[in-house]
Amino acid sequence: MANETLKAGFDAYMAKADAASAKFPERANLEPNRLYTPLDIEGFDYEKDLGYPGEYPFTRGVQPTMYRGKFWTMRMYAGFSTAEESNKRYRYLLANGGSGLSCAFDLPTQIGYDSTDPMAEGEVGKVGVAIDSLADMEILFDQISLDKVSTSMTINAPASVLLCMYIAVAKKQGVPSDALRGTIQNDILKEYAARGTYIFPPKPSMRLITNIFEYCSKFVPKWNTISISGYHIREAGSTASQEIAFTIADGIAYVEAAIKAGMDVDAFAGRLSFFWNAHNNVLEEVAKFRASRRVWAKVMKERFGAKKAKSMMLRVHTQTAGSMLTAQQPNNNIVRVALQTAAAVMGGTQSLHTNSKDEALALPTTESVTIALRTQQIVAYESGLADTIDPLGGSYYVEALTNKIEKEAWDYIEKIDELGGAPEAIAKGYIQKEIQDSAYKWQMDIEAGRRIIVGVNKFTQEEEPPKNLLRVDGSVGKLQAEKIAKVKATRDNAAVEAKLAALKAACADENVNLVPLILEAVEAYATEGEICGVMRQVFGEFKAHTAL
Amino acid sequence: MDIVEEILKHNRLALSKGITAVENEYDNAVDIMTKIYTHTGHAYVIGITGPPGAGKSTLTDKIAKEFRRRGKTVGIVAIDPTSPYSGGAILGDRIRMMDLMMDSGIFIRSMATRGSLGGLSQKAGDAVKLMDAFGMDIILVETVGVGQSEVDIVKTADTTMVVVIPGMGDDIQAIKAGILEIGDLLTINKADREGADKLNIEMEMMLELNNEKNAGWRPPINRTIASKDQGTVEVVDSILAHQKFLIETGKLTDIRRARIKSEVTDMVNVRVNRYIDKNVVRTAEFDATIEKLQRRETEPYSVVDDIVSKVLK
Amino acid sequence: MANIKVLVAKPGLDGHDRGAKVVARALRDAGFEVIYTGIRLTPEQIAEAALQDDVNVVALSLLSGAHNTLFPKVVELLKEKGMNDVLVIGGGVIPDADIPGLKAAGIAEVFTPGTPTGKIVDFINANVK
Repeated sequence: MANETLKAGFDAYMAKADAASAKFPERANLEPNRLYTPLDIEGFDYEKDLGYPGEYPFTRGVQPTMYRGKFWTMRMYAGFSTAEESNKRYRYLLANGGSGLSCAFDLPTQIGYDSTDPMAEGEVGKVGVAIDSLADMEILFDQISLDKVSTSMTINAPASVLLCMYIAVAKKQGVPSDALRGTIQNDILKEYAARGTYIFPPKPSMRLITNIFEYCSKFVPKWNTISISGYHIREAGSTASQEIAFTIADGIAYVEAAIKAGMDVDAFAGRLSFFWNAHNNVLEEVAKFRASRRVWAKVMKERFGAKKAKSMMLRVHTQTAGSMLTAQQPNNNIVRVALQTAAAVMGGTQSLHTNSKDEALALPTTESVTIALRTQQIVAYESGLADTIDPLGGSYYVEALTNKIEKEAWDYIEKIDELGGAPEAIAKGYIQKEIQDSAYKWQMDIEAGRRIIVGVNKFTQEEEPPKNLLRVDGSVGKLQAEKIAKVKATRDNAAVEAKLAALKAACADENVNLVPLILEAVEAYATEGEICGVMRQVFGEFKAHTAL
Repeated sequence: MDIVEEILKHNRLALSKGITAVENEYDNAVDIMTKIYTHTGHAYVIGITGPPGAGKSTLTDKIAKEFRRRGKTVGIVAIDPTSPYSGGAILGDRIRMMDLMMDSGIFIRSMATRGSLGGLSQKAGDAVKLMDAFGMDIILVETVGVGQSEVDIVKTADTTMVVVIPGMGDDIQAIKAGILEIGDLLTINKADREGADKLNIEMEMMLELNNEKNAGWRPPINRTIASKDQGTVEVVDSILAHQKFLIETGKLTDIRRARIKSEVTDMVNVRVNRYIDKNVVRTAEFDATIEKLQRRETEPYSVVDDIVSKVLK
Repeated sequence: MANIKVLVAKPGLDGHDRGAKVVARALRDAGFEVIYTGIRLTPEQIAEAALQDDVNVVALSLLSGAHNTLFPKVVELLKEKGMNDVLVIGGGVIPDADIPGLKAAGIAEVFTPGTPTGKIVDFINANVK
């Protein structure tokens, strides 16, 4: 009844203004209504749709106190060149108020090649730090107490190897593995779909992942065993709804795999974490965070019968959108990152990396990283955005948008279920195709002027090429080669052979958990390339054949 | 560079340039094909066709590898459709064959259909001949089986394989009517999918109905999972069995004779059509005649008689 | 009947193929015949694919910073194979300071982030041999 009265009033109000004068002339898509009212969230049920922070369905956040308890972890993704150089950057960030570490590895490390492998040519130390053996890892965390810091590692296909290196370094520091806190990305499905650092075919890859779940549930209980990542799916060009839908579909596949491997859902689900992108459209992003928590909570409760609240919580790390940084007028990126930070914070993220202004051109300098970190601190301490929990909850627009994104996500998840689940949908190229289509549309919208990127297709100006970019010099490959030679000359090579042989034998037996064997090989100073090499021999290598 | 001489010396660049010449109808194309002809006829040509998404290029990749394991050199001609809107094309087969890139016993050429009027089957046939003269033992011609031009291309093959997959639903009806009939070999790819058994039975039934056509040879139905390299050995064995059958029954000679006949006929047709197009159709006189016809001052039958008698005099 | 053939390829280990795929589609829509060879290729694989398809253009994309090593290597291998007329262009996260060196090594043009695809099409049309 009340709604009918409201509707009549609303229609009368809207009729007063000329519709054409209220339309953005240049924007063809993503155009919301001019005004949102209770009519847009009909049937809204506070307790069912939102609930309270820390309670099902977690729409408003996963903790009861959120940032009133403590701010999100300000975790800056960093790593380049050698372990020595990266160690300096880590200690700088911690000294300046960073509250967690996030390791970027170079591509050879991410794909299981030693720096001396011919495939590594030109790539050593470029997009992250080069790690070849435990010796490098010891240097990387030199003078950093691993019982004090939480560390996130962007490592997927060889996640088990790098995790074992971390455990081994901790052991040398006298820190037991059950005290370690941190995250490995360990999300292979999105590598096949969007990021590209796969090594093995899906089946052995999924086995490695469930092996890690199982091992950590016993020996590294505070470790987040996976960071199910939408970030790269978004970077590859997806929409906000696709980002959370495809990622939650991946999450469903991991949970299914672990259950199939004999684990109880509540034994591991609490250690699953997620990774979202904070994109440019602030309110759409806030709605995305909220919708994703609601979808995951329902998936865990209804589909998997999880009992523990922790198993239903979508805890999330966030990174601001790298693909939205422009090479043109790079100082503008500082503003973009500030808005993206605002979105992530109002969306209730648990930790955040902010990109630096110069990253469309090169790896960031210390100066630009500092600005990015300060951006988070300004939002935390000055902006007031963190003062109250889920500050946009109850906004007609944000609630309507949350509902819309949730609906779109469910539609995709249903479609992926029909295709046989995420691994099958990826094998069929469905997810890649959806992402590509969105990416192409985005680019064509920019080129047609339907989407404006300031400094790129509007408000452009002539500029001097930027100065003071960080350069990783070409000698890193040579330095790493010398280090590998030294390791191989000083280790017990017979022991390494024996450990690698044992690992190889275990690879062939699906019932063996590989993590303890990898740890032994790591502690004997086998190189990452050697360890991944024996696994390659048994598992084979994956080749992507994504059509356009 | 003398392209023909260099091709005969196994120069890969020359082979590539030779194919470009025929593909783009360069001036030297006729000369190249004239000189190369006597050096051809040694390779065994296998056509691979089927609906989009059947996994043909992955299967082609695996078949090529299996022939390599058996000591044969392999040429591949992979054909993709040109977009009717832009005239451009995505030639997407090579991405599935990047493993083969560093093998000097393999040569892959992607071709776009570029609208079927340009005589694609002739161009693909010429590419096959150039690879043949280069010294490839086996040549695989892979194309989407959706239209007449693709079926024509497959006619350049000694053995034709049709690839299908389970779960295509009603598409099976179209296949019944069309491309299954041209297959000397039938392959169910992605055979781990639901519906493989049902498809197999349906295909067996179709073969029963078609029995008289395939006198002496009943197309074997193989099952493959190309992405996992399963069933490839059996497919290659079937290809070789068909080759043996063709040789022993003398049919290979018949097929190749018929092919030469149809190739030459096509070439004559193309030449005559071009002559007529240039000397008859694109003349003022012809336009005038059309005008007369439109005013019903004359009728087409005597016009045609008149033209033909002049052209064929 | 001579269509322009373009090989779009990603050398090295970088898996960021959004740009390469968008460019490949845009080139197709501009009427080119595009061979997209996927990610994680060696310069040798790229050069050999370029030879077999006798392409007019090789378009390389790389975001990992390995361009100074890998782009010139592709040019070198193409020359070794006698592919002297190929237009080689590059794109990705490439600092301005690296561009003169890449051009000296035979990369005809370098397209940095934010380049409209139409600009690439125009460049190819104007410079293809």
